[in-house]
Amino acid sequence: MMIFFWISLVIISLAIAAFIYRVIVGPTIPDRVVALDTIGVALICMIGLISILADTSFYLDIILLLAILAFIGTVAFSKFLEKGVIIERDRNSKE
Amino acid sequence: MEILKNSLIILTTSIGLVFIVVTAVGLIRLPDVYSRTHAASKSATLGVMFILLGVFLHFWLIKDEVNTRLLLGIAFLFMTGPVGGHVIGRAAYLSGVPMWKHSVKDDLGPYLKEQKKAHRQSID
Repeated sequence: MMIFFWISLVIISLAIAAFIYRVIVGPTIPDRVVALDTIGVALICMIGLISILADTSFYLDIILLLAILAFIGTVAFSKFLEKGVIIERDRNSKE
Repeated sequence: MEILKNSLIILTTSIGLVFIVVTAVGLIRLPDVYSRTHAASKSATLGVMFILLGVFLHFWLIKDEVNTRLLLGIAFLFMTGPVGGHVIGRAAYLSGVPMWKHSVKDDLGPYLKEQKKAHRQSID
């Protein structure tokens, strides 16, 4: 049983190596953002398997935290690509 | 009974692994940003959901503790994964990343051009 989880950790790390290849090679910036987002998702899988292997459930908070951070990072970066700013100023305010 | 529990956990985890590997192959082999976004958002989300389901079943059936944070994580990933893919694909299109050279149809392009023209006329 534990051997299976070790093997799946190795497979996920190979998949992360493929994503890192796309981050380095990727011809445009959105490619790199997509690959980084997917690296976050694969890290979530790794943390789940590691918490099985370490026989504790204290790591499971990190899963939720990492999911939220990956989503916020992707949305912020794509808003920067689309509009040039992340947090816009209000156009109607008198500043 | 023990064998049934273990095989259920191994089944869900290995389905998730297959989807993660499919994501890796898709990100390497597909030709442009949009198809890569398609591969990454859908299959990575399904893969991580299956693996977290396996982890949840492991903690539930073998350790005998029901972990609500994992269920919350699965629901959150199910909601935000496709939204992230959509947002980054839209940002790629609007910032002018070209499509694959063999793609046959671009529905959004003429619509955007028309809308930009209407906007300019409304300013003048």
